Amino acid sequence: MSAATTSSATTRAHSVVETSARGKWFAGLVVVAYALITLIPLVWILATSLKSPPDSISYPPKVIFEPSMEGYVNLFTTRSRQTAEYIENLGPAETWYDEIVRKRNMVIVGPSRFLDRYFNSVVIGFGSTFLAVFLGTLAAYGFSRFKVPLKDDLLFFILSTRMMPPIAVAIPIYLMYRTLGLSDTALGMILLYTAVNVSLSVWLLKGFMDEIPREYEEAAVVDGYTRLQAFWKVVLPQARSGIAATAIFCLIFAWNEYAFALLLTSGNAQTAPPFIPIIIGEGGLDWPAVAAGTTLFLLPIVFFTVLLRNQLLRGITFGAVRK
Amino acid sequence: MTDQPSGRSADSLTDRVARATPGAVVQRVRGLSDTAIAWLFISPTILLLLAINIFPLIWTVYLSFTNYRANRPGRAIDWVGTRNYERLLGNEDIWGYLQATAHFVVWTMVIQVFIGLSLALLINRNFKGASFWTTVILIPMMLSPAVVGTFWTYLYQPQTGIFSYIINLFVAVGPVDMIGSVDLAPWSIIIVDTWMWTPYIMLLCLAGLRSIPEYLYEAAEIDRANTWQKFWYITLPRIMPFLMLAVLFRGIENFKMFDMVVELTSGGPGSTTEVASINLKREAFEKWRTGYSSAFAVILFVTVFGLGNIYVKALNKVKQ
Repeated sequence: MSAATTSSATTRAHSVVETSARGKWFAGLVVVAYALITLIPLVWILATSLKSPPDSISYPPKVIFEPSMEGYVNLFTTRSRQTAEYIENLGPAETWYDEIVRKRNMVIVGPSRFLDRYFNSVVIGFGSTFLAVFLGTLAAYGFSRFKVPLKDDLLFFILSTRMMPPIAVAIPIYLMYRTLGLSDTALGMILLYTAVNVSLSVWLLKGFMDEIPREYEEAAVVDGYTRLQAFWKVVLPQARSGIAATAIFCLIFAWNEYAFALLLTSGNAQTAPPFIPIIIGEGGLDWPAVAAGTTLFLLPIVFFTVLLRNQLLRGITFGAVRK
Repeated sequence: MTDQPSGRSADSLTDRVARATPGAVVQRVRGLSDTAIAWLFISPTILLLLAINIFPLIWTVYLSFTNYRANRPGRAIDWVGTRNYERLLGNEDIWGYLQATAHFVVWTMVIQVFIGLSLALLINRNFKGASFWTTVILIPMMLSPAVVGTFWTYLYQPQTGIFSYIINLFVAVGPVDMIGSVDLAPWSIIIVDTWMWTPYIMLLCLAGLRSIPEYLYEAAEIDRANTWQKFWYITLPRIMPFLMLAVLFRGIENFKMFDMVVELTSGGPGSTTEVASINLKREAFEKWRTGYSSAFAVILFVTVFGLGNIYVKALNKVKQ
């Protein structure tokens, strides 16, 4: 009996302070209340994206409203104001979005830049993630399996680069990119985000690789594999889920990054975060369009957070805390 | 190739052969040596960081001793010695920006540790659905700070915003102008940061709580320790390393806070929320005083680097 209790005691955290049913009920109540309060801003933004502009600035704030796609239409188009006669002479609206816009005495003159910005975010996000994970996997394997002189110092150096205040690093990078012609290019941003993310990638992946028993590779080497083959055919498949989790963390960082994007990009390689706030400038107080942009931008992250929930702790502590 | 039953003995034979073979031969047969592979694998990362982090860093240090202005690239660069640093330390406004930063860092940490630790203790009671609600609480932490700042400006609208509306449901104080008022603006950024990052502290506290072996509580039970004593002598010391780690990391991050605040208040009203990074951005990319702002950047670097050193020590402590 004693053996059984000790083994379960180490795996299952202290249920010895077995909370009474009432204590659990109270804990649940408080935590659920906190979670619901946390959700209010997010739900409100989602709701606002489905409001019409007048509803979005009504007083008191409207909780119940008639859903409208105007925010999304405004987000993806640029429009110009016309006289009522001009619009009447156009004939009936051909599409549902034309109809929404015409109700406000406007006509669609073309697409907005939102899709470009979103696409830039995708390209720069995936490009930098691929490079950071590629470099990180190699370096993590190197640090995990071999005797490297000054290993701890090198690892600290790698981590310390991530702690630099972005604005402070941005000054010389701005000058450097101007000289090299990398300002406002996707390549420049990919290299920059790779450099920021590679530290996370090395630290996280080193943790995952430390967990893979060395015996597997040693057995493979004995079977006649070279070190490189053993790495490719034995270690990499074992590290697959760790690599996937690391990639998602890198992707989220690149997706969310703002300071460098604001200072180093403008017309060409600008990503969505610096663009979303200035949507407001295009049509006056167009909060539904901003909310629509925000919703489309945040949704993938919410999805990934739920997907990653069990690895989150590892990701945010650079692999130091595992469970 | 031997078949299954004799596989084990064949392996040990290979082992013996491998051990008996001279190193040089092994190397030729097996391809690259271990040292070569290690350096081949590690050096690309190091080179990239040298090019995109260290080289710019050295450049910043150099610029901090000059009167260079990035908007006038043609002009000759003059060496001005430590004049930028003297100007910086003699500038009374700088202390105002650092004070705004300290106010933000200290209050966010105090509030978040209190709420985060309380939540972790409650979640640790393992009520039904605890893991689902934990995941819900974690969502804000992963969002883009700049986009969060943008949409909170909407929530904070004094007349039409939901924040003011909810406050007025409890106390009828009229429109609450969080961003526009000198008194409230510093709290507007603290509230948003708390909304976003309390889950971080909570998650680490939870990890700490789960690392405490149960026998400690059993022993305390035998000694008739009360709940408070158990918390004070067992729980708190055991989660301290995790809490330290969380506070250090978030403290450093908030010390350099830029994106959320710039979108929310952009330093205003006046300069009430002009934290260090926002001031640095103004000096470097609006006033184009590159030399002077480089000196400021160097001072921030040194501070963050010092804190970072402590952070890594804490990381390694938690790891063991």
